[in-house]
Amino acid sequence: MMSNTSHKENFIKGLVKENPVFVLLLGLCPTLGVTSSAFNGLGMGVATVFVLVMSNLVVSLIKNFIPDKVRIPAFIVIIASFVTMVQLLMEAYTPALHEQLGLFIPLIVVNCIVLGRAEAFASRNTVVSSLVDGLGMGVGFTLALTLLGAIRELLGSLSIFGFRLMEGDGMLVFILAPGAFISLGFLIALMNWLKDRSAGIKR
Amino acid sequence: MTMDYLVIIVSAIFINNIVLAKFLGICPFLGVSKNTSTALGMGAAVIFVMTIATIITYLVQHYLLVPFHIGYMQTITYILVIAFLVQVVEIIMKKVSPDLYQALGVYLPLITTNCAILGVAILVVQQDLNLIKSVVFAIANALGFTLAIILFSSLREQLDGADLPEYMKGVPAALITASILSMAFMGFAGLV
Repeated sequence: MMSNTSHKENFIKGLVKENPVFVLLLGLCPTLGVTSSAFNGLGMGVATVFVLVMSNLVVSLIKNFIPDKVRIPAFIVIIASFVTMVQLLMEAYTPALHEQLGLFIPLIVVNCIVLGRAEAFASRNTVVSSLVDGLGMGVGFTLALTLLGAIRELLGSLSIFGFRLMEGDGMLVFILAPGAFISLGFLIALMNWLKDRSAGIKR
Repeated sequence: MTMDYLVIIVSAIFINNIVLAKFLGICPFLGVSKNTSTALGMGAAVIFVMTIATIITYLVQHYLLVPFHIGYMQTITYILVIAFLVQVVEIIMKKVSPDLYQALGVYLPLITTNCAILGVAILVVQQDLNLIKSVVFAIANALGFTLAIILFSSLREQLDGADLPEYMKGVPAALITASILSMAFMGFAGLV
């Protein structure tokens, strides 16, 4: 069984070293689609964390009962059930956010991160480490979305989380579609540069 | 009447392009766009599956989910229908048209996780289109996807020879190229 330190490592790997967005390049559709503001990015991240943790939990609990041949359809049903729960909960309690995220909430079901973790991790690890893995990956995803949302909101409307920092107009293009692509492109380039540099220092 | 269809087609291909404006299907857009021939194959597979998937999910929605008042089961049923459909298409294609299977076979399994398929199926219901308009909408969106991925792959082929710093190579450069392509498509806004 894993000790506490390895649980900690397991959690932290999702944040930076194996960040689902910046390093593994998974789940880019919601990453680009909902990050027109920091709050939307955060909301999408939290919804994904719920689905990821719950599906990892259930998959690791019943992994021994699922025949190998039908495991992918079984995982998809489990994930889709939790996505439906999130959808109904958000519609009831956060209708404004539900309206903003729109189509991307049901699309969590085809987010490669969720199915990827179920298949690659939860289906062959213990319940606790699957939970920790789901939480780490989910928080990493949330951080990436919030960061990208904050950058786009700052450049596009000169505010963060809805608080205006400066008077005047921002660069509207960052709120629109091209801004999403270009911000993510430069962020990934920055991550690569930092990674190369820290590798260079170690050597 | 004809005008309606024209508006749907032009809007789906150029103005609200599914990849460059709605951010659906980014994974295959970045993953299978390294050269033009694979991009063309993926585009053809998407046109094929998206059209059939939209027809079937439309029928499921209006003859199963609505009459039985189980609209909340939409996400689960749709994804199962699409996953099942992709398998069936693969099996039938292998038997009926081995040539077509040769050309599209490798792209078919990837399509289950293409959010553009599920996205269009849900959009059709949200926009309350009838069956014929849904089919037109699906084909137009699939054509928009194909157009975007082919344009993008030909740009990426040019990028291969570019002298870029190490940390910009690959995905960052591709995303910045996509951004410029997306800006170009914004020029179509106001066309309809």
